[in-house]
Amino acid sequence: MGVLVVLKKELKSYLTSPLAYVLTVVYLALGGYIFSVILLTGGVAGMDAYFHNMSVILMFLVPVLTMRLWAEEEQKGTSELLMTVPISTAQVVLGKYFAAVALFGLILLITAVYPSILFRVGSPDTGALAAGYLGFFLVACTYLAAGFFASSLTRSQVIAAVTGFCILLALWVINWAAGAVTGLTGDVLRALSVSEHFKDFTRGVVDTTHIAYYLSAVFIFLYLAVTAIEKRNWS
Amino acid sequence: MVAVENVTKLFSNKAGVRDLNFSVQKGEILGLLGPNGAGKTTTMRIITGFMPPTSGTVRVNGFDVLEQPLEVRRRVGYLPENPPLYGEMTVAEYLSFVAELKGCRGARKKDQVDKVIEEVSLGDMRGRLLDHLSRGYRQRVGLAQALVGDPQLLVLDEPTAGLDPRQITEIRNLIKNLAGSRTVILSSHILPEVSMICQQVAIINRGRLVAQDTPENLSKRFAGFSRLEIEVKGPREAVEKELNSLESAQITVIRQGAAPELHRYIIDMDAGRDIREDIFFAMAGRGWPITEMAVQNASLEDVFLELVTEEDNGRETRAQ
Repeated sequence: MGVLVVLKKELKSYLTSPLAYVLTVVYLALGGYIFSVILLTGGVAGMDAYFHNMSVILMFLVPVLTMRLWAEEEQKGTSELLMTVPISTAQVVLGKYFAAVALFGLILLITAVYPSILFRVGSPDTGALAAGYLGFFLVACTYLAAGFFASSLTRSQVIAAVTGFCILLALWVINWAAGAVTGLTGDVLRALSVSEHFKDFTRGVVDTTHIAYYLSAVFIFLYLAVTAIEKRNWS
Repeated sequence: MVAVENVTKLFSNKAGVRDLNFSVQKGEILGLLGPNGAGKTTTMRIITGFMPPTSGTVRVNGFDVLEQPLEVRRRVGYLPENPPLYGEMTVAEYLSFVAELKGCRGARKKDQVDKVIEEVSLGDMRGRLLDHLSRGYRQRVGLAQALVGDPQLLVLDEPTAGLDPRQITEIRNLIKNLAGSRTVILSSHILPEVSMICQQVAIINRGRLVAQDTPENLSKRFAGFSRLEIEVKGPREAVEKELNSLESAQITVIRQGAAPELHRYIIDMDAGRDIREDIFFAMAGRGWPITEMAVQNASLEDVFLELVTEEDNGRETRAQ
């Protein structure tokens, strides 16, 4: 119940703040441009290149979306309310996280116009599109969780956004070093990378290993956020 | 209702509180009094479970703040130093949200919101955005927020800080009226306020509890009879010598009285010794009439200053 109460409030404050709308416009404008360019120059009725490009653009947009989630509560002092009412920190964190996920889900829903265009102009692989959307959504969920964690570390929204971006960038490029090292280290680096796990989805392959990776990443970041929030008053 | 036992809170970068022990009975209003930075807010944050103590226990209605935090939170209404308001919400929206956070649903939620709006007289402001409210109204909304859900214990951190005199009076009366069956802990650095509202006062300085008692007892216990002002008709030097010869009396000030042969003497007595009779007989024996004798009862303010400066300056400067 506590989760729902927080989710509702958080979603409402997203929808009443200009930030969410600005981000939506930027996302849709960039996405529309990229989608059109790929379709017109490549002439391929698929979205794998679109998803790949957008997951890079998301790295810039998600930290801006998540920066306020906890930092703002600390800054305004409303954390003192949330931390003294009879609901747990985990419930507050989940409520806020799901609000951000719901908002992104709404934006993603608008982009459903792209597949419908593809079906008009060609015959895209339905499976690959569905897998791509699932993978892309999971990537976004991971980004949102990482962004939330960054926000839980500070009371400054700017620092939260910058930290969030750094974490996301690190997760994206961590496998680049995999080529330089051999054996186990390389495998581990590859296994940690957000981009590595995303590749199969864009090819239409839904592998539970990859789903497990994203869900674990979400869990770990949210867990770290709960810990950071609870510990910040300890010393 | 509230039992604070051996509570210590250490911070890495600032002073915390040390070995706090005090309790509050059901239905009582306790005032935490102390200068800024004495540890009042820290104490309140520990009681509400916002931050855990480094050591020691706090029980609210028998529930340990660390072991059963949710049970404690269900019973506590907390107004932090800055009211925790979401500026983009209206008064009614905000209070509904708080009611939901505290587990009130449906009809009960509506009842609670209406009730607290009534209690703090916010009826006209229901639809106003919190960002557009004046400081006094924001404080009221903060108070209303603490009252939502009928908590048995109210913890109010500096409820009148930053308000104008009229608002201060309003908020004080409000707190007095609200108390009723509730237990209240409030903090303040303003003395008259505490002695006006509270039945119990706990004085905190530099993170330590220096005293806890009723305002009346505190004045008596600490400074009750310690200072005496007398006016004697007689030769100044001789009277002075005679007074100084009395046990446990010390003249601090001598002033010329209304007539040439009248002098006023302010005498410090050792704590707990009443030497008024000794003075009377000594003066009577020498044939110098005492024209006036008055005990200067220290106000709570004096006690507070005494206790606090004692701590601040340490022993060496007290000796002067």
